[in-house]
Amino acid sequence: MNVHPGTAKPVEDPMLPLTYEVVGIKKELPDTVTLDLRAPNGMPFEFEPGQFNMLYAFGVGEIPISISGDTSDPMQLVHTIRVVGKVSQAFAKLKEGDSIGVRGPYGVGWPVNNIKGSDVVIVGGGLGLAPLRPAIYSVLANRGQFGNVVILYGARTPNDLLFEEQLHEWRGRFDLHLDVIVDRAEAGWPGRVGVVTQLIDNAVFDPEETAAFVCGPEIMMRYAVQALADRGVDTKNVYVSMERNMHCALGFCGHCQFGGTFVCRDGPVFAYDTISELFTTREA
Amino acid sequence: MVDQRDMASIIGEVGFFDGLPPDTLELLAGCAKNVRFNAGDYIYREGQAADTFYIIRHGSVAVQLHVPGRRPLVIESLTTNEVLGWSWIVAPYRWSFDAQCVTLVRALAFDATCLRTKMETDCAVGYEMLRRFVTVMSQRLRGTRIRLADMYAPTVNAAD
Repeated sequence: MNVHPGTAKPVEDPMLPLTYEVVGIKKELPDTVTLDLRAPNGMPFEFEPGQFNMLYAFGVGEIPISISGDTSDPMQLVHTIRVVGKVSQAFAKLKEGDSIGVRGPYGVGWPVNNIKGSDVVIVGGGLGLAPLRPAIYSVLANRGQFGNVVILYGARTPNDLLFEEQLHEWRGRFDLHLDVIVDRAEAGWPGRVGVVTQLIDNAVFDPEETAAFVCGPEIMMRYAVQALADRGVDTKNVYVSMERNMHCALGFCGHCQFGGTFVCRDGPVFAYDTISELFTTREA
Repeated sequence: MVDQRDMASIIGEVGFFDGLPPDTLELLAGCAKNVRFNAGDYIYREGQAADTFYIIRHGSVAVQLHVPGRRPLVIESLTTNEVLGWSWIVAPYRWSFDAQCVTLVRALAFDATCLRTKMETDCAVGYEMLRRFVTVMSQRLRGTRIRLADMYAPTVNAAD
């Protein structure tokens, strides 16, 4: 008998989703919602920052979605979903009390426990902040075990900033540095306009003692890694979260094959050095 | 009042001028002064003569494109230790955009005519300044090109 990785509850089939109830819905952006889910019988859901679940909209389909909640609150499973296709559209239409299928968690997450003692630079772009949020929670919950903590976030426009209330909250802390930049804005926006890599140039951290977590569109991650390297950060200490077409989430189906690796099983978080060649391979 | 020697040491602390020899810093100091702008002030406007270049010492400036029928579009924001403006170095020496202060801004202002004259008469200084400006231009062009990709636009996962 297999063990369901998220709940430690024996299940007969790792491909079989468990039914979770929607207990909270927050519209983050016009096209993005956060769902709070509760497990059947109130079972806790243990996961590592950066892992993902396969979420099933009954009768519509199943998609991989990163967990955006707090590892220290296993009673609440949190997913932030952007509406791009028919499955995510179905999730956006859910109401409290509705049910969805969940299987997971899957994959390798951010190595928060292995970077203690380092300065931490977290670089997010767009919806990429969602998979980073559990890592941020984890670092802040153990704040004394890290050096400088820097969060750099880039978005398309000021109206596209994810978790805006939380960004304000983090910015108000004295023990971390948070900077936000947008690609474009109208006059009156008091923040920065430019690319997220510009924030790396001026951020305060010791490059030789820094570990970086980067998540966002691949083009953004490529330039962010380059900017970190230009600052002197060893790319073996840089971790990126990849997004591929994950179907089975168990490394069987091959849909998410990325060179010799499977993103669902060997990732989605990779040490940059282990995939650097693939990262710059042209696919067309 | 800041004398020229003090100004040279202030300039020497700015990253953009890193590594310049003392005599070059003295030369640049002869063209420089401290300036201050309030939030909302325009430092320059599109089409005006580009007779100054600035290094921001404190505050934030929005470089804006005036778009008829819309609010001005911020195409770039610049902050402490960053260079504001290069139209003074490229003929016909007219600003291409507006520069509006988002906050109180303190800056070093360099008289463009003074600087151009010194760069033309001392080729080593001219080369060094151009080399540094080309680096800034290249970084900003790269940033602009990356933004052209609209990288945060939604993409569909094949499973969705």
